[in-house]
Amino acid sequence: MKPAPFKYLAARSFDDALAFKAQHGADARFLAGGQSLVPVLNFRLTQPAVLIDINDVAGASGVTLADNELRIGALTRYRTLQREALIVRHCPLIAEALPHIAHPQIRNRGTIGGNLCHADPASELPAIMLALGARLRLRSAGGERLLDARDFFTGALSTALHDDEMLAELIVPLAPPRTGTSFMEVARRRGDFAMMGVAAVVRLGEDGTCRDARLAFCGAGDRPVLAAKAAAGLIGGKIEHTDIETAARSAMQEVEPHGSVHASADYQRHLAGVLTRRALKMARGRAR
Amino acid sequence: MSTDVHDIVVTVNGRRYERRVGARLLLSDFIRHELLLAGTHVGCEHGVCGACTILFDGEPIRSCLMFAVQADGHEITTVESLADGEKLHPLQQAMHECHGLQCGYCTPGILMTMKAFLAEHPSPSEAEIREALSGNLCRCTGYQHIVDAMLLAAKRMARP
Repeated sequence: MKPAPFKYLAARSFDDALAFKAQHGADARFLAGGQSLVPVLNFRLTQPAVLIDINDVAGASGVTLADNELRIGALTRYRTLQREALIVRHCPLIAEALPHIAHPQIRNRGTIGGNLCHADPASELPAIMLALGARLRLRSAGGERLLDARDFFTGALSTALHDDEMLAELIVPLAPPRTGTSFMEVARRRGDFAMMGVAAVVRLGEDGTCRDARLAFCGAGDRPVLAAKAAAGLIGGKIEHTDIETAARSAMQEVEPHGSVHASADYQRHLAGVLTRRALKMARGRAR
Repeated sequence: MSTDVHDIVVTVNGRRYERRVGARLLLSDFIRHELLLAGTHVGCEHGVCGACTILFDGEPIRSCLMFAVQADGHEITTVESLADGEKLHPLQQAMHECHGLQCGYCTPGILMTMKAFLAEHPSPSEAEIREALSGNLCRCTGYQHIVDAMLLAAKRMARP
């Protein structure tokens, strides 16, 4: 239960961090909040030769609002997000999900970027990034690129990050007027991994007709799952009982849960239907 | 491979310590084995049980999920800081009176978690206390007496 030996490098700037990563590549891991990485180090499930501590990287943390977009530094801790007025006001979907993420001690240390790079398919934030249509800014010593969140998650604990890249920032577009969101999950105990969770986003026209919808699930496969058919079927309707039932049945087919000792795949599909119904009603009510 | 060592300076319970540590030394082990402050307990060593909770720059964290080298320049508070000589902290006194512990293994983590929580929420509801305790496992008490103790402590600490 002690990590294997590694070399510790403390980065004070993005330039430091990216130079270290360019030098050590796949032998090095970034150490952010450590709330997912240190447990697997302690178990020796991973034994990187080098840890690059980015906790003191200047400018990697914090939330700003510019050009109708929220920019969230990858090193921003959950606790900071919970206290951040810009998140509460402009991105209630993130605010609603935060209390479900682990426990206070973990939220004091864990970071949003570390969470996304760990890419646990049961985790809330990857699904939320998909529901929000977020983009991720990936930096390397040689430059940077922007990637849609849906292209970032390539499998369980796997991302599109190259060996010399780090996630620097998340860019979340502000929701247009008459947008409603809802996050819900079912877990065995508060703070546990979700057996199924859903992030719902709906946008209504002035007449109450659904103009846009997104449904993203966590705990639903080897990566966060967008239920594209379920969402597309809502557009043009008023999100009434039959629309919701159709969406719920579609979502149950679109999720790809594996089942576990805690919940069979069938039960997880059932939860996807239940949560879709509840979350759509909630989001619809909030959009008005 | 040669051991990667670093010189660090940390302030623990108001006292400054300078030490040379290996990179892979967990903060929990540093506190217990290097500083000989064994009040911080180590349960699961993967961030689940909460026994090793300390305050890091005033906020509760799991000390088994950080490395000692990361504490360089930071301030740590452990359970040893609570009592004033023989006089128990109100949290400890309430745990004693309400039978909030049996084996006591989880107690230091609970005390440090709740010290920070009550500072931020001086008059919490029972539901808020249960939520705040959700990251600390206790296998003896069933939590009821811990919740009772926290309600009592909050009441006493809120008094001017």
